Amino acid sequence: MKPPKFDYHAPASLDEALALLRRYGGDAKVLAGGQSLMPLLNFRLSRPAALVDLNRIPSLAYIEERDGQVRFGAMTRQRTIEFSPLVARRVPLLREATKWVGHLPIRTRGTIGGSIAHADPSAEYPAVLTALDGEVVARGPKGERVVRARDFFVTYLTTSLEADEILVEVRLPATPAGAGWALEEFARRHGDFAIVAIAALVVRDGARCGAARLATAGAGPVPVRLRAAEEILERDGLTDAAIDAAARRAAELVSPDSDIHASADYRRHLTTVLTRRALTRARTVAHA
Amino acid sequence: MSATGWIGKPVRRVEDARLLTGRGRYIDDHPPVANVHHAAIVRSPHAHARIRGYDLTAALAVDGVVGAITGEDVLRHTKPFGVGVTAPVHYYCAATDKARFVGEPVAVVVAKSRYVAEDAAELVRVSYEPLRAVVDPERALEPDAPVLHDAVGTNLAGHRRLVYGDPDRAFREADVVLEERFRFPKYGSTPIETYGVIATWDAFEGVCTVWSNFMGPFIMHPLTARVLGLPENQLRFIVPPDIGGSFGIKTSIYPYMALIALAARLCGVPVKWIEDRREHLLASSSGTDRVAYRELAAKKDGTILGMRFRWLDNVGGYIRSPEPGCSFRPTGNFVGPYRFQNLEVDASIVMTNKSLTGPNRGYACGHLYFESEGMIDRLADKVGLDPAEVRRRNLVPSDAFPYRTPTGGLYDSGDYQAAFDKALELAKYTELRREQARARAAGRYFGIGLALAVDPSVSNMGYVATALDPQFRAKPEYLPKSGAVDSATVKVDPLGRVIAILGTTPQGQGHQTIVSQIVADELGLTPEEITVVDEMDTFTRVWSISSGTYSSRFGSVGTSAVVLAARKLKGKLVEYGAHLLDVPKEQLTFRDGAIRPRTGKGPSYSIKDLAGRAHWNTESLPEGMEPGLQATAVFGFTVSKAVDAEDRVNSSNTYGFIAEVMAVEVDPETATIKILRYVTVHDAGTIINPMIAEGQIYGGALHGLGGALYEELAYDEDGQLLTGTFMDYLVPTASEAPTIDIAHVVSPSPLTPLGSKGLGESSSMTVPAVIANAVSDALAPLGIRITELPMTPTKLWKTIEQAGRSHAAPRAGHPRPEPNSGTPLR
Amino acid sequence: MPDAVTVRLTVNGVAREGRCEPRKLFVDFLREDLGLTGTHVGCEHGVCGACTILIDGEAARSCIMLAVQADGAEILTIEGLAQNGKLHPLQEAFREHHGLQCGFCTPGMLMTALDLLRTNPSPTEAEIREGISAVLCRCTGYHGIIRAVEAAARAMR
Repeated sequence: MKPPKFDYHAPASLDEALALLRRYGGDAKVLAGGQSLMPLLNFRLSRPAALVDLNRIPSLAYIEERDGQVRFGAMTRQRTIEFSPLVARRVPLLREATKWVGHLPIRTRGTIGGSIAHADPSAEYPAVLTALDGEVVARGPKGERVVRARDFFVTYLTTSLEADEILVEVRLPATPAGAGWALEEFARRHGDFAIVAIAALVVRDGARCGAARLATAGAGPVPVRLRAAEEILERDGLTDAAIDAAARRAAELVSPDSDIHASADYRRHLTTVLTRRALTRARTVAHA
Repeated sequence: MSATGWIGKPVRRVEDARLLTGRGRYIDDHPPVANVHHAAIVRSPHAHARIRGYDLTAALAVDGVVGAITGEDVLRHTKPFGVGVTAPVHYYCAATDKARFVGEPVAVVVAKSRYVAEDAAELVRVSYEPLRAVVDPERALEPDAPVLHDAVGTNLAGHRRLVYGDPDRAFREADVVLEERFRFPKYGSTPIETYGVIATWDAFEGVCTVWSNFMGPFIMHPLTARVLGLPENQLRFIVPPDIGGSFGIKTSIYPYMALIALAARLCGVPVKWIEDRREHLLASSSGTDRVAYRELAAKKDGTILGMRFRWLDNVGGYIRSPEPGCSFRPTGNFVGPYRFQNLEVDASIVMTNKSLTGPNRGYACGHLYFESEGMIDRLADKVGLDPAEVRRRNLVPSDAFPYRTPTGGLYDSGDYQAAFDKALELAKYTELRREQARARAAGRYFGIGLALAVDPSVSNMGYVATALDPQFRAKPEYLPKSGAVDSATVKVDPLGRVIAILGTTPQGQGHQTIVSQIVADELGLTPEEITVVDEMDTFTRVWSISSGTYSSRFGSVGTSAVVLAARKLKGKLVEYGAHLLDVPKEQLTFRDGAIRPRTGKGPSYSIKDLAGRAHWNTESLPEGMEPGLQATAVFGFTVSKAVDAEDRVNSSNTYGFIAEVMAVEVDPETATIKILRYVTVHDAGTIINPMIAEGQIYGGALHGLGGALYEELAYDEDGQLLTGTFMDYLVPTASEAPTIDIAHVVSPSPLTPLGSKGLGESSSMTVPAVIANAVSDALAPLGIRITELPMTPTKLWKTIEQAGRSHAAPRAGHPRPEPNSGTPLR
Repeated sequence: MPDAVTVRLTVNGVAREGRCEPRKLFVDFLREDLGLTGTHVGCEHGVCGACTILIDGEAARSCIMLAVQADGAEILTIEGLAQNGKLHPLQEAFREHHGLQCGFCTPGMLMTALDLLRTNPSPTEAEIREGISAVLCRCTGYHGIIRAVEAAARAMR
């Protein structure tokens, strides 16, 4: 299990990295944390002509709050996010999700940009990006463009990034004060990709639910925003009955597949169970 | 037994200092010979295909490649391995005519580095004619199933019907007859260190030396010598000082030893091959998957009258020794801890297009007890008794030892009732049952499982012949087999330091520590004063056909050889001291590291003193005494006998006992199983080092839990492996490991000098049973009984769903929602 | 090697240098080029954790990292954990609590536990389990390892 031969480049700037991608015309792979790409190389399932390693571009790692958004440089490590006070305060759902990402030594290398660009539908970060309706910034030869979550994920391991583009930033809306959040995940072992996970966020407005956000991991080829379920809560509030109705509706909104770990029916069923659990916990966290 | 008493203490391990500091020496660490080249193995992508030809041109053209071999070379230069059945299965160290499972070796490329070897291996062209595959053992016996071995003509590698007592009568006279079908999964040992082999040939001496992390030599050394066409004294097996775990699987490395040896010979360089994880999961070894049909006959008071076992063991594409041990290793303890006398066993050994099988921790016993203990619970249910009570009524009583089982086993010692009581008491069984009643009343799925098992240690290699018909065994040319032997040497150097040399191949069991304790006690020293060497080298160690570290042997047979060697040496020291003191040796005793008068008065000689004199001045030895202060002992069990004409065999030599209680709760929504309490009580006779013994139990239990809940080498219908990475083959992590309460009962074995037995496999053989029983008990209100492992959440959920009690899931086929982002979050 | 790159780094406090292909995995570089065989290869796809080392103080899998990526880095491997012939408290605790049997996962286990205790000096049992679930062990059932990390945390506080 040794990787095949490839050219290796570790550019010091983003422009240099983009130039390299252009030069290889789609045959190069961007190397971020490497926690998914390197195993694929070792299995020789991926055979790029070149690797363009972003790890020597320091300007790609930062966390800052601007215009009501928390913005993450694509190369920000998951471990940095795990311990960031800003994230804990302003995007607590992301912090909770981070604890579900792989294991400690995976998170020291793994990056937010890498996880989202890899677009594994069972991963936690794409679910959070989808739930919060965040954005990613893609930089290409023609400059930057901002892509919303729902326009980003195309299917398994496929995004709307062009071959000559690099995901440079992830933007998540800051969580309003008093909001409640939860990420409920079911995996067969600790640290595995989710069989199903549900990211939930609710904003209370008196007895009503001002806003609800729900998205899945593991319940289909892309993370699914459960908008119709959210609407039940925004209409009927956060009562047990409304949560139960939203959870049932959630299962109708997903099209999971079967694999060695779980059948489609089981995943659909888990969507209901975990939506209910996530909302119930988020409701407890939220204060009006 | 010992003056200073190191035996029985949790002495810290000698091995740890080097292993904790990165100074262990494993097979991949240091090249033992110069100019080592690296092999990459080309493997079949097909489960079943005829091989039409090979093209090595592109591979050999890669810079850095020194050579390559294919199945043609294997056919030309080697013989097939001997197999444990009479069917003409030609099992070579690589595919020759056909590939019979995905991952079967078809060619080997040798290059200056593993990277280059893998580059070139990709360029080897093999022309295949794919054939239909079959993976299910029942399907494989259907008339229209594809046949793997034309010479055999069927996929049945072997079949035996064994009858003990009068099972027909037992079933005729029974008040209660129960039947059930079980399935046991294919799972492996997955040591964190994979296989590794380094081979070199000395063209002038004709000697082939193979270094590997093997657990033998065992029977595999003579088997491999024959395959390579070498006399046994020209094939040298060397095992490095450290092996990174095995749990049975490394007994099956020997075909690779032959293959890499052949590559080294034909390529003319020393060749090293380190198996990667993909290769390990695809093609190393595993336990068998089994379909079992069980019947039980009992009286209405719960007394078991007899059982019928009918099973199909799936050994994969060929049958590799020591298979079909999968069916026969527990012959002597088929009846477990119960005293019924009537048994019929119908064992079919089936070949399918899966990877090959062999010993995996708890070899064949995990299967056996999963089925048997499941049947006992069904009996309890049927006759309206508590599962503890029905077991109690059938146990071999404590005054019956040594106990001869109807299948020929000789249970050397035990007090099953006491151990079982201890487990029930430790688990607070009565209280647990009350808790269960409350939980059930509240609509929760709370279950309690029990499992009892006889834990066999030190296989008598004669059991393998149970696979052969008695008529075959009765032929004059047939050579009966039996035995379980280990050796040890203890020597004292001129400065009085002690070295013990073993013939074992430990893989983490702490043999150096254990032996230092034993020798320290025998010679009145401290463990730190003993150096223990355990690197097997077939040219320099004393060994025999059964030597190796498998079947929980060391605690029983290996330790016994050490004791005998130490005592032999001690006898010599006393004799020498008596000569020096000019007193009869009966007046002397050996105490606290010195020869002393029994009266306690008068001069004494320390070991150091005696050693200096004996080595430096041989004139001081009594007349007729052999110079040198060393003793070698070979310990063999006299209860190891060949299988008799009625198929009775004492398949192991010492027999421990395990009693377990587990409480679980099943979350019916997610179908996850939470272990609330798990108690395991072991009787392995004298415990030499409780810390190490309990380490074995913890590890064995988690391995069993892996097979029960997480691990499976799963295949699709076409024979493709679906769990070929560690992302899909799920080895339990620390988060899945249960808390375990361990206790011991000690019934010393009368057969070993220390009274010790083996316990290396321990709870790996009981956890599948106890957790299946606990989950069955939890789900009893839904009418569910577990018959299949692993109990994955998706399978268990489906079972619960079908029981019609869980919330109905919405049906599939709903359209995805249209984009609507809702109100902004600000 | 025509396409070789030079890798300069500090390992266990010592400046080291080697030349290798860019595709060479860091674990192979440590073992083959630097002779540091204490770090073990168990799966080569980032799951078993046997190859875990510290890079600039943080635990990482060296089997899914390229040697060239370690250029300029400060590395700690198992060989550098004991100082001046004295075992690290974590090593002591593993010995005391039977946290190892075959020793093959042990280097990765120790390196992972080291980072865990650096970032969480007083972990709960659940946090210890979660932390070391990064490394697979087949021998111990993790019992001794968990006890050892608990004891080391006490000793290191």
